[in-house]
Amino acid sequence: MSEQTMDAAVVERGPQKAPIDRPAKPVGGEPGRGRKVFDGTLNVFSHAFLVVWGLLTALPLLWVVLSSFKDDAEILGDPWGLPSALRFDNFARAWTHGNIGQYFVNTGIVLAGSLTLTMLLGATAAYALARYKFLGSRLVYFVFVGGMMFPVVLAFVPLFKIVGGVGLRDTLPGLMLIYTAYSLPFTVFFLTAFFRTLPDAVAEAAYIDGCGPFRTFFRVMLPMAKPGLISVGIFNFLGHWNQYLLPVVLITSDEKQVLAQGLANLAISEGYRGDYSRLFAGLTLAMLPVLVVYAVFQRQVQSGLTAGQMK
Amino acid sequence: MRHGKYPLLLAFLLPPLALYGYFVVSPYAQSFLIAMTDWQGLSPAYEFVGFDNFKRMIGDEYVWNALLNNLWLLVLLPLLTIALGLFLATMLNVGGRGGRSTVTGVRGSGLYKVIYFAPQMLSVSIVGVLWAEVYNPRSGLLNSALRALGLDGLAKVWLGDPAYAFWAVLAVMVWANVGFYVVLFGAAMQSVPRDIYEAAALDGASRLTTLVRITVPLLWDTIQVAWVYLAILALDGFALIHVMTRGGPNFSTDVVGLRLYTEAFGDYKWGYASAIGVVMFFVTLSVTVLSLRLTRRERIELS
Repeated sequence: MSEQTMDAAVVERGPQKAPIDRPAKPVGGEPGRGRKVFDGTLNVFSHAFLVVWGLLTALPLLWVVLSSFKDDAEILGDPWGLPSALRFDNFARAWTHGNIGQYFVNTGIVLAGSLTLTMLLGATAAYALARYKFLGSRLVYFVFVGGMMFPVVLAFVPLFKIVGGVGLRDTLPGLMLIYTAYSLPFTVFFLTAFFRTLPDAVAEAAYIDGCGPFRTFFRVMLPMAKPGLISVGIFNFLGHWNQYLLPVVLITSDEKQVLAQGLANLAISEGYRGDYSRLFAGLTLAMLPVLVVYAVFQRQVQSGLTAGQMK
Repeated sequence: MRHGKYPLLLAFLLPPLALYGYFVVSPYAQSFLIAMTDWQGLSPAYEFVGFDNFKRMIGDEYVWNALLNNLWLLVLLPLLTIALGLFLATMLNVGGRGGRSTVTGVRGSGLYKVIYFAPQMLSVSIVGVLWAEVYNPRSGLLNSALRALGLDGLAKVWLGDPAYAFWAVLAVMVWANVGFYVVLFGAAMQSVPRDIYEAAALDGASRLTTLVRITVPLLWDTIQVAWVYLAILALDGFALIHVMTRGGPNFSTDVVGLRLYTEAFGDYKWGYASAIGVVMFFVTLSVTVLSLRLTRRERIELS
């Protein structure tokens, strides 16, 4: 495998550089004449399709950003036109009157707590399960991982009751704990697999050097697991940031809502009120932070998310 | 090394297990019990009614309608997303037929990948609100584009017409998910030895042949994972539909998850809602197991 990729790399770097830059016109001489023409048209078609899908993806996003600068008359009258002025007051109105600011703060608070807790509890549990054999360790592992098989909506009714029973309904700490609890199956699953790949010898060496089990974990094993922690951390960050199901069931009062939920409600109420510019400004505010982070870290984000899927 | 492992095990396992047991395991377990009762939620009193809720469900046309919509999604969402994802990934990774023996992606493939993947970053609720505005019959991007092209007849009330709402929502699901699979399939294609593609190109295989005869068999493991994941997504669909249509118009976009939610928090039929959840669990489970079984093939070992 490695040899082959090396060969391929040599070929790629090899004789000609220019053809890579003009793939639209195939020069490949090997196939028959008819096929060349056919492949040529196919090439144009396929490339056009790539562009079309790119536009289909990017245009709605751009449209929302542009519309957030328009006033209502422009939004309703000329959806494809450019804004006649940069109306930043739309954003101010969305932030304060649309409560987007409050939703941002709530989401930030919940995320700070839930991510820290998820990573801490997930990593410790995964480490204990990956490194130690004890009575029932396989059972505990399957109880954790089995949670991935259940649809979250199945838990709606009892969860509503249980969370209310401990007085955590409609509170941000409640959301933190619930997000953490529902992220554990995947986090434990992923990190257990990751800790198992770390060499035993390192832990043994730490022990011989006089490191206790806790120190071994925090000082030696945890730093070694950094790539895995980053992957699952990105995965959980996006999962919690985008969470919609759990807050819909658990949060009722307007000032406690998180961004994903508040935005959906804003869309409904703005539909009645007809304040479209504020809605688009709110959408843009909610959309841009993740898109900017993504633009900067896109390679890590892509590999983090896809690696999470393939495990 | 095994010395003193129990303090660590207790400290490391008890807190996560307690949290997980209380907020995840216990609700899932309880829902199976509540499904056997006639609990109305608002009153604390309830009776054990055995399988009555399940019997009632057999005659409930709303549940059947929702289930049918989920099944349509189950067929269409994986099919469309995977086909589109494979096609785009092929173009981006091995689509360029630059010169004699080079097999590369087309020009600008990096940029395309970044754009395609972007919707994956957005929350379901943002995607839902965004597309509800795109579909807006008066000021939406879609209808105004159609009108600008002189296709006024094609401009519809997309989310308000039972004939189109389901398809409009399905399109959004595909839109939001394709990018992820382009990247996933792309990563898998990178691990396929280049010379296989080069050999195919030398033998005069067209792109379509290469895709069907080489890429799909070699990527089968990845496609299988994608299939199962999309199937689970199709059986859910609650969040996006809750944001976009709330199951309407006229229940044309209703799904089982939303049915459960409506029964539980609209009508406070907690027993019945839990029974719907139990059915949903078994449907999801059997679909997952079935699709893993049906798509099993002999693994092709590279290298």
